[in-house]
Amino acid sequence: MGANEEGVIGKAVRRKEDARFLTGTGQYTDDVNQPNQTQAFFLRSPHAHAKIRGIDTAKAKASPGVVAVYTGADLEGVNGLPCGWLIHSTDGTPMKEPPHPVLAKGKVRYVGDHVALVIAETLAQAKDAAELIEVDYEVLPSVVNPIDALKPGAPQIHDEAPGNKCYTWALGDKAAVDAAFSKAAHVTRLDLVNNRLIPNAIEPRAAVASYSRADDAYTLYTTSQNPHVERLLMTAFVLGLPEHKVRVIAPDVGGGFGSKIYLYAEETAMVWAAKRVNRPIKWACERSESFLSDAHGRDHVTRAELALDKDGKFLALRVHTVAAMGAYLSTFASCIPTILYATLLAGQYTTPAIYAEVTAAFTNTAPVDAYRGAGRPEATYVVERIVHQAAAETGIAQDELRRRNFIRTFPYQTPVALLYDTGGYDACLDEANRMADVKGFAARKAESAKHGKLRGLGYASYIEACGLAPSNIAGALGARAGLFEAGEVRVHPTGSVTVFTGSHSHGQGHETTFAQVVAGRLGIPVENVDVVHGDTGRVVFGMGTYGSRSLAVGGTAIVKAVDKVIDKGKKIAAHLLEAAETDIEFRDGKFTVAGTDRSKAFGEVALAAYVPHNYPLDRLEPGLNETAFYDPTNFTFPAGTHVCEVEIDPDTGVVKVVQFCACDDFGNIINPMIVEGQVHGGVAQGLGQAMLENCVYDPKSGQLLTGTYMDYAMPRADDLPSFKVGTKVTPCTHNPLGAKGCGEAGAIGAPAAFMNAVMDALAAVGVKHFDMPATPHRVWAAIQSAKHA
Amino acid sequence: MYAFELHHAKSVADASAALSRTGGKALAGGQSLVAAMKLRLAQPGHLVDLSGIPELKGIRREGDHLVIGAMTRHADVVSSEAVKGAIPALAALAEGIGDRQVRNMGTIGGSIANNDPAADWPAAVLGLGATVVTSKRKIAADEFFKGMFETALAEGEIITAVSFPVPKKAAYAKFPNPASRFALVGVFVAQTGAGTRVAVTGAASSVFRSKAHEDALAKDWSAAAAKAVRTPDANLNSDLHGTAAYRAHLVSVMASRAVGATH
Amino acid sequence: MAVTLSLSVNGKPVHATVDPRTLLVELLRNHLGLTGTHVGCDTAQCGACTVLVDDRAVKACNVLAAQMEGAKVVTIEGIAAADGTLHPMQAAFKECHGLQCGFCTTGMVMSAIDLVNRHPKASEAKIREELEGNLCRCTGYHNIVKAVQHGAAAMGK
Repeated sequence: MGANEEGVIGKAVRRKEDARFLTGTGQYTDDVNQPNQTQAFFLRSPHAHAKIRGIDTAKAKASPGVVAVYTGADLEGVNGLPCGWLIHSTDGTPMKEPPHPVLAKGKVRYVGDHVALVIAETLAQAKDAAELIEVDYEVLPSVVNPIDALKPGAPQIHDEAPGNKCYTWALGDKAAVDAAFSKAAHVTRLDLVNNRLIPNAIEPRAAVASYSRADDAYTLYTTSQNPHVERLLMTAFVLGLPEHKVRVIAPDVGGGFGSKIYLYAEETAMVWAAKRVNRPIKWACERSESFLSDAHGRDHVTRAELALDKDGKFLALRVHTVAAMGAYLSTFASCIPTILYATLLAGQYTTPAIYAEVTAAFTNTAPVDAYRGAGRPEATYVVERIVHQAAAETGIAQDELRRRNFIRTFPYQTPVALLYDTGGYDACLDEANRMADVKGFAARKAESAKHGKLRGLGYASYIEACGLAPSNIAGALGARAGLFEAGEVRVHPTGSVTVFTGSHSHGQGHETTFAQVVAGRLGIPVENVDVVHGDTGRVVFGMGTYGSRSLAVGGTAIVKAVDKVIDKGKKIAAHLLEAAETDIEFRDGKFTVAGTDRSKAFGEVALAAYVPHNYPLDRLEPGLNETAFYDPTNFTFPAGTHVCEVEIDPDTGVVKVVQFCACDDFGNIINPMIVEGQVHGGVAQGLGQAMLENCVYDPKSGQLLTGTYMDYAMPRADDLPSFKVGTKVTPCTHNPLGAKGCGEAGAIGAPAAFMNAVMDALAAVGVKHFDMPATPHRVWAAIQSAKHA
Repeated sequence: MYAFELHHAKSVADASAALSRTGGKALAGGQSLVAAMKLRLAQPGHLVDLSGIPELKGIRREGDHLVIGAMTRHADVVSSEAVKGAIPALAALAEGIGDRQVRNMGTIGGSIANNDPAADWPAAVLGLGATVVTSKRKIAADEFFKGMFETALAEGEIITAVSFPVPKKAAYAKFPNPASRFALVGVFVAQTGAGTRVAVTGAASSVFRSKAHEDALAKDWSAAAAKAVRTPDANLNSDLHGTAAYRAHLVSVMASRAVGATH
Repeated sequence: MAVTLSLSVNGKPVHATVDPRTLLVELLRNHLGLTGTHVGCDTAQCGACTVLVDDRAVKACNVLAAQMEGAKVVTIEGIAAADGTLHPMQAAFKECHGLQCGFCTTGMVMSAIDLVNRHPKASEAKIREELEGNLCRCTGYHNIVKAVQHGAAAMGK
């Protein structure tokens, strides 16, 4: 970090984007309206699994206001939706990739599967018409649980995937693990379910697609975290359109959490249809449809075994996981329970031998894909729950057992393929202990007991891998896309700057953080920097926002572009100052001849670049606009310790989170206010998973039972406490910002910390384990069965 | 939402006539009805808006009764001095209905006419042995709630007010469903002139009186006595949010908490 | 048959002729172009559509426009001063980082104003309880609660 960055880097700069959000002048996709626009409605499958014997759309087409009705049969020449990561099974065969049609062809495979697209003058007319579509279904038996799906005789969802198996994949040294278990002093075993979640960004998905005959070009406004990837997949893989003829704009987007990364059927069908009806088409997903059709998260069933020596040192970890894929492979579904899961099973520990085997199963449910944390919360949950259990069984204190096994030498090569560049796990644990006043816990527990309440304390010392990279290694592991990011820094003649980034912002505050990065590096006011994102027509390219990568990868691309600007500026300044380029220093927004007081301000140099009257035109192009693409050399590894304290009312089973402390190491921090906000939100989602949220399908009918907020419990303000948040810093070693990423940490650490606290509280009444979410009913039932055991 | 015709009624007679003529539904605050219509779960061809009928509004004390007009919004019950003075348990109950926005629109009459099995008002009406006053007659609480979303109301009959006898003591304790915040179990306990009454909502297909709790509390009005009662779970709901056994357990826990909160 | 209605929206008289099934939120967003009021669910739970009707917070997605005859409706677009100075609650949300994606924010601010009008000195617990009708998926509510406290203090001045 240069001296000229001190003024703005690390400061809680208030967000630039807030002005429009707070006045109702943000522009979300559903706020976009186009002249002569039509309204779309998707007819969805009411059945979890059924053959389509026929579809009669005649009455619907004749219904008032109807412009067009399309079914799968109409989409000739349109390919299925692609999956972006090829996983190979242990026997070397590629994963099974059954077709994922944009509109159902011959069969529907989950409740909510897309059957027909109805386009009408008004939404009510489109809905009325959809009710007139006659679909002749032959209902088939369905299966919604991944364990059941793999059983012999289970309903066969795709002909291409016998036994509903997508792949069985493994990582680690099985023989070494088996050997370690055979000589272990203690083995802890745990069966865990990582509950299925529905992401529930408060803005439902939406799209507005239009086509211009004059240009033979399409424009799609959509709720996307990564419009360039959406365009690439849609044009090159599905619709066969020229990429340059499609502009994808993701304007203000109301939260994503993973669910808006993917290429979905709806916007794909709408782009296709926009040319055919030759009018703009608008679709705004209703919440009930979101529940059915957004990609869900998690849904793992795991058996874990941890081998320890007599001193509590971890010898080996063995993990078998079955992961649900849902009815079709969503865009990144296949890499979540493999590349982003098993590789994290070392956690913060020196466990020398780890073996993980993952079987992915198709089920008659909505597709499952990345949801905040994506694989890493699942891994942390396995590791931290079993560490808790091992501590309980061996009688070693929770924090002490963790400390005995912490990695302290970096770089550290794990037995599951990752190379941790840096970290400081003791510091976070110590600070979390201090923040949580762990010393005072026994007294608080005794006080709770006086009132008939059970108090518990739980830890989660998590690690995550962010900024998935580098592209060539990921490619060798099956990635079908690059993992770099692009940034462009456009300096205007008067010295103000517009930054174009491929990292979309949908709540993360990039417009502020990235402006701080650029302003700090250029020594100019933050107000002089604006950030543009989310438009393939304006931004050169982008891989988008996922995996806590924006600052580490997208921010670094911008830094590299800024550095190119500074390099060029030095050449211009050298000319203006009649000095050697090597003598020019850039500091505090000024180009100075080293050792002199002769300087040119950044703005003067910018002006010279655009008004090149006194300019080395023979050697240098005019203008000051630079682009950089950055492909990281490694993941970044944020880590930390979360400590949760709960109080349980055994009469009702109600669990109250009385305190939640998080101490995280995100590397260098640009805007601590925004970072804290990210932690708060992540923790809330993690606690939501652990105490409230659960996506449930009826095992017989395959109907979604938690299809509205009446049954899917979202965390509300009074479900949560205020959080205590702290940070420790070990800068990332391989990007110039030293940043690691902070977006997912809360969701990764919180579930395990919370459930460990619950189990700690309930140990007194004989409860060892039950699965998330710890709803009042489940807690009460666990206490009852422990009583009767 | 399906298309419908809207009628603004100016009087109870006007509303009754419109409802009888059209076979439509009365629109009170709309917090349940509009929601159901949006999801196309309800499709009345006609709606009769009751909001313009002055006689349906207001809260007043009539001797040993508190009379709450059918179109009184939950939020107005919460803040009513008359309610707080006569039956504070009703203000507390109203404050736990839905959320602030719902309380600002939803009405007592709408809630009772809808008789959602997990709604709060039916527990108070039954727990206090109130009288439901309609455009045609007076209906005792024990005769009013007929089953899930079913009441004694005839077609075209409109609730005009609910008359609550002022009890010696009363309280309501609600255990909210973690998702919907409707009552998973809600128990209203009261010592009234007509004896001890305990009404339970949320636990079964419709609000009901718990005889076992009434008997126990008639003998010994204490939290411990309420808690000691074992509620049979045979007719209670089992769903995602709780088994019948859990609900049965909660009935006694909530009854004891309600007794503990009475004043 | 269409219904006609007259109401005031953000201090301006509005006369509209609408299909009876038009929701208040549709009137605001589609007829009046006030797109700051958002729709986040279809079961009246998320509160993103919260507006003030006669000074009370109401979910605009769960009332018919026709129920608003004669009402005084205020939306997020109507609370800042004429010169653009933010309402103290808006300013507090910015100052306290009480928003991230911004989608729930407009409804959250309107609820917060109603809350503070009724409970100017609400405790943290009371604020959390009163925000029951507004879901936020980004902030974990921590900074929203802080913002409401700051906003309450500023509104009291």
